[in-house]
Amino acid sequence: MATAAHPAAPQVRSHAHPPGFFRSFRNRLRKLIGTDWLGYVLSLVAAVLILAITTALVWQLWTQSALSRAKFGWGFLVGRTWSPLFEHLGALPFIYGTVVTSVIALLIAVPLGLGAAIFLAELAPPRASSWLAFLIDLLAAVPSVIYGLLGIFVMVPFLRQVVDPALKRTLGFLPLFQGPIYGVGLLAGGLVLAIMVVPFIISVSREVLLAVPRDQREGALALGATRWEATWGAVVPFARTGIYGSIFLALARALGETMAITMVIGNDPKIRASLFAPGASIAAVLANEFVEATTPTYISALIELGLVLFCLTIVLNGLARLLILATSRRGGAPA
Amino acid sequence: MNSPIPMKGRNEVQREKDKIEKKQRGRLFWVAIFAAALAAGCSSKTTMKKGAESATIQLTGAGSTFIYPAMTQWISSYQKMHPDVRINYQSIGSGGGIQQVKAGLVNFGASDAALDNMQLAAMPPLVQIPESSGPVCLTYNLSQLKKPLRLTSQLIADIYLGKIKNWDDPLLRPLNPGVHFPNEPIIVAHRADGSGTTNIFTTYLSTVSPEWAKKVGHSISVNWPVGLGGKGNEGVTGIIEENPGGFGYVELAYAISNHMPVAHVENRAGKFVAPTVAGTTAAIAAFADSIAKDVRNPIVDPPASAPEAYPISGFTFLLVPTKANSPRQAQALAGFIRYILTDGQQVATKLDYAPLPESVTQLDEKLLAQTVPAEKQTP
Repeated sequence: MATAAHPAAPQVRSHAHPPGFFRSFRNRLRKLIGTDWLGYVLSLVAAVLILAITTALVWQLWTQSALSRAKFGWGFLVGRTWSPLFEHLGALPFIYGTVVTSVIALLIAVPLGLGAAIFLAELAPPRASSWLAFLIDLLAAVPSVIYGLLGIFVMVPFLRQVVDPALKRTLGFLPLFQGPIYGVGLLAGGLVLAIMVVPFIISVSREVLLAVPRDQREGALALGATRWEATWGAVVPFARTGIYGSIFLALARALGETMAITMVIGNDPKIRASLFAPGASIAAVLANEFVEATTPTYISALIELGLVLFCLTIVLNGLARLLILATSRRGGAPA
Repeated sequence: MNSPIPMKGRNEVQREKDKIEKKQRGRLFWVAIFAAALAAGCSSKTTMKKGAESATIQLTGAGSTFIYPAMTQWISSYQKMHPDVRINYQSIGSGGGIQQVKAGLVNFGASDAALDNMQLAAMPPLVQIPESSGPVCLTYNLSQLKKPLRLTSQLIADIYLGKIKNWDDPLLRPLNPGVHFPNEPIIVAHRADGSGTTNIFTTYLSTVSPEWAKKVGHSISVNWPVGLGGKGNEGVTGIIEENPGGFGYVELAYAISNHMPVAHVENRAGKFVAPTVAGTTAAIAAFADSIAKDVRNPIVDPPASAPEAYPISGFTFLLVPTKANSPRQAQALAGFIRYILTDGQQVATKLDYAPLPESVTQLDEKLLAQTVPAEKQTP
């Protein structure tokens, strides 16, 4: 496309002549590599491909959900019943479950992950730090069904016998911690998500913290700061952008996580205030029902749920960004 | 590059000719490939028509995961007997199977629930052949119980409607004399994923409880009034085993292989019957007339004339298009299905699927005949 602007372009016309063609081709190739051209084109193709895949995805979700959108309209987003048989399909319980579990996951995972990352990057002996970082990267690669099994067999009984009763005794005055205890439920879902996203936060945040220039640290220490003050006041703000990035990654993973949460959330599409109560998430209902869905409206509604999840991710990511912008502290690297 | 060159020297003319030739050669190349492909296609078709013994027949199927364990056995046994037939079954779920049959991508589908008339209207012409059935049993987590729990249809419906909430209910006690029920909530579990098991169970509840039929209905996934949802039999079992006082329904095969306690359910004859394959076969036999009218008619809650019948069971169906692409494939498929209906039933019984009674097998044979072109109908 940029050939016209290229100085070697006129020679190209002789491509019918084999030696000339090869020479010009070679020239062109050399120019291509010699200049920034190749890199430009390759990275452009990569970027366009991402855009194309996303567009194709949204387009598919949009067209395939046409039937459901026409039938339920905006009411789909606020409908509270999910009855495939009578075709009363509303997405609100699933949106609620997805948001609540993701928020629980972030509330637990961000302090935990950030703390661990600071320890590994700043305080731990370098050798131990790199070993632990390796283990954490391994955790990030564990299939989610394994986390789900761990959730069912270890976490859920522990929640039912120990954690939930304790919460009920101490914080039972809050509507969040009332009602019957089953072990599985929104809290279990949020917790298993937290366990799954912590490695992402630790791994990315640690890398960013390690990349903070020595000067930053030493400058603060030279001004008389304690080690912790230097870390918290000079190093962490500098790495802010990267840490936010890790949180966004964690949020995206939490929103879209399917298998593990399906196994522990209780799969009951109703909205209840209690975190002990069973709930349902968008990803979970898709995993549960898509395979056996038979009627066109039903399938279309499930696809619309996929579209809703996509939009929800955009909205929540935007909100998280706004929240961070509003509360961000001065100093640090330019965002 | 086709821009006309105003002055053509001899060389240039020659070059142009070369170019055209090259182009033609290129075209020729593609034509040749196309022709070769066509020829190959034709020749394979002709060998098919001749029915050469050496050519293998490929059959593909897709659908129900419930039937997958039996299907795997059937396929491997049948292929041993008929080395010229290769069958591939994808257990992608009933919904996926139906879609693939609709799109004509597979030779047969398998569905846990029969297609209703509205669904059939959107499909290519096909027959639905009930090929196996299985009981759905109720299992529970009550360590105090030494004898199997005894339940009536009304009790099961009330528990799933959320009307009976506690094990220490006055309605439960008289059915189970000598049992001391704990004062604990009943933790109801159901399947969260769409499943044929749910279809059978909710069909039963709809039949025995008008309230259930009105409020919830029957389908492969419904809007449950109460309870926790587990994914798959293992998810439901997980909830029941983790929670003292847990109660739920699973396929018999799964309950047996996991040594789970199963409830005895009262049938119309007033007998409390354990879920067994024999009990299901008895129930199907009791419905012979109804099935003969329409194979989709339910086989739950059999009449009192069948005292040994277990009341909660259902069929799974094979979906076979009546207008197959090639008669030879139709023939081979019919052979395979005939095997399923006859010798295959013994194989399935070992896997705790209930064998079909004689009446249904005969009916299936008639349905099967519709899938094979008339002139080729030789056994």
